[in-house]
Amino acid sequence: MIDLAAGQTGKRHVENVQAAYLAMTRRKRLYGVVMLAVFVALMASGFRLADDRSAGSFADGIGNIFDFPGEVLREAGEKITLLPALVVKFFPSLLETINIAAASTLLGAMVAVVLSLLATRGLARWPRLIPVVRRLMDVLRAIPEIVIALVLIFVLGSGPVPAMIAIALHTVGALGKLFSEVNENASLKPIEGLHSVGASWSQRMWLGVIPQVAPNYLSYALLRFEINIRASAILGFVGSGGIGYDLKNAFSWGQGRYDEVAAIFLLLFGTIVFFDQLSSHYRNKLTGKA
Amino acid sequence: MAMTDAPIAQRHDAAQALFKRKRLFAGAVPLVVLAYLANVFFAFDIPGLAERARMDNAAILVADSYSYKTHVTRDNRTGDISMAVEGSAKGRYPEGMSPEWVTLSGDDSARIALPQGHEVTIDGDTMRYDVPGYGPITATASRRGIDLTLPTAQAPDWISASNARVNITTRAGRVTVTKARTEVMRYAIGWELFWFTLDSPFYGKSFGELAALVVSGDRIKAGQSNLAAIVGDVWNNQMWRHKDVLWALFETLLMAFLGTMGAAMVALPMAFLSARNFTPLMVVRQAFRRIFDLLRGIDALIWTIVLSRAFGPGPLTGSLAILLTDTGTFGKMFSEALENVDPREIDGVQSTGAKPLQRYRFGVIPQITPILLSQVLYYLESNTRSATVIGAITGGGIGLLLTQAIITQQDWEKVSYYIVLIVLLVVFMDWISGVVRRRLITADDGGT
Repeated sequence: MIDLAAGQTGKRHVENVQAAYLAMTRRKRLYGVVMLAVFVALMASGFRLADDRSAGSFADGIGNIFDFPGEVLREAGEKITLLPALVVKFFPSLLETINIAAASTLLGAMVAVVLSLLATRGLARWPRLIPVVRRLMDVLRAIPEIVIALVLIFVLGSGPVPAMIAIALHTVGALGKLFSEVNENASLKPIEGLHSVGASWSQRMWLGVIPQVAPNYLSYALLRFEINIRASAILGFVGSGGIGYDLKNAFSWGQGRYDEVAAIFLLLFGTIVFFDQLSSHYRNKLTGKA
Repeated sequence: MAMTDAPIAQRHDAAQALFKRKRLFAGAVPLVVLAYLANVFFAFDIPGLAERARMDNAAILVADSYSYKTHVTRDNRTGDISMAVEGSAKGRYPEGMSPEWVTLSGDDSARIALPQGHEVTIDGDTMRYDVPGYGPITATASRRGIDLTLPTAQAPDWISASNARVNITTRAGRVTVTKARTEVMRYAIGWELFWFTLDSPFYGKSFGELAALVVSGDRIKAGQSNLAAIVGDVWNNQMWRHKDVLWALFETLLMAFLGTMGAAMVALPMAFLSARNFTPLMVVRQAFRRIFDLLRGIDALIWTIVLSRAFGPGPLTGSLAILLTDTGTFGKMFSEALENVDPREIDGVQSTGAKPLQRYRFGVIPQITPILLSQVLYYLESNTRSATVIGAITGGGIGLLLTQAIITQQDWEKVSYYIVLIVLLVVFMDWISGVVRRRLITADDGGT
């Protein structure tokens, strides 16, 4: 009698659990379906809206998508013999673009090292200023380079310097955040040791922290350099020097100078791929991956 | 003993040599960096920058971003006096309305009070400017030129005068007299007409008065509640174009959203085809990897230019440019994530008799979802910035408005307004993607 009753309650219990589990699974699946439906609706309506607010529609444009590359290729093909000369002609501009990226990465990284040390708990020279430094880096990161560059072009005139300053400022914000994340994992023991022998703050940082974090710093800086090359080409397009500026000139000239467009595309593509491979090779080496 | 001494001495030498090499390297790196920066210093002609820099432009930029000026203009040919904020047609005072510091008397004369006791009187062709501590300045415009009378024999350096043009700049304001027009400018702090333009009945009312109007029943515009009229007047403000600006911000966000999400959706199936553990065929894998490299290597700049030819200016070009570039980036990252999945979970799902598609759905997707979503969210934030840049190149979104405002070289208050909006948008996206990412990561931790 007693055993039977216990079996009955046990069975009922299992049934309850099963029902609750199935209800939960159903609810989860429902949520999943609703989320998916909302997402699909957002994508579809967003696409419709973008289509409406554009000058050309997607349906018309998709047919013409190869027109421009086709024209460029055709013209470049006709003047294929001129291509090496054009590549040589635009090489100094390319060098300027790379120089802008390199100089701004270097300057930005140097400032970012200092700011990141000031923004890391346990290392900061003035712990009360940590939130201030962090907000400063947030703002630097949030302002797109193009905004600073356009304003600086108005003041300093067009040339590589506005682009360099703009990219460097953005780099400070972006690298500062990554560097301070690296700093948080640094061991405090060497710093305490240096402190006990009377080292100043800058000595503690230079001799105690930097050697620990240098490989990670370098790896992030290389990645930034690669991003900054792209940014520097884009800023050239809106008015500061480098290959972007030549591209804009050749492009707005239109038909007749498409061989130059092709040469610049080629140079830009080659440079980006080259530095992409170079930086990923050295980053893997630095962070100890195969 | 001598046997062990020798290796120690050798090791000592080796260690010393290593130290020396390291010290040399540590000293050489800053030198190389310094040499490079010095090279760039001259390559970019930074010494010549001081000459080319237009500090007066910088002063205009800074002053304009927090202050505005109201022009009182007398056309010296027709004799009409008009007043306008920033001298623009949209900020023109309607007939019968004038700032309280301008007293119009008769058809052709006006008294303009400037701060700090300065006063300008326009009476027909004659302009009289009383500068406290200096004396009255009189300038009369005629067909022959401008006749200037000063209390001192020599013109001070804040007055520049020629036969065709007189320019007086004081701390209280600015006056220019030419044959064509006499113009007085008075400066004030703030962004004028930000909420209501001069033709709106709500112009010049304080927040309390507006709130009272909303609560009380008297309708100012017939057939419209006061709240609707107020919101409508702000929304359709011709000077600041709040409607267009918000639409432009939304377009920028739309580009980032469509581009990022579209790229993720395209890249996911392609990533399966380029991951070692899901695609044993080397040829297919390599082909897809090269596609990713190509998409990434052709920079967003090139994609934008090529696509803008097909789709014209607008958010579509930007969305597709972001989509194509990020398909390459996501494809690479997703396939790396897929190569790191735990095969045991897939085996477990397979042991219950699951078909291949079900194996992917229940064995693989749950493992990579947190990584994928966190990367996608990170890129959504960074693409909001890219969308601004692409908008500036191809014409669309807030980037277009920004470049337009900068090109006019006058609307610096609008430039600052747009910059503030862009920064707020990016910070907001940063914050929201951070919140969602943290949630995903903690949810993941809670599960294990």
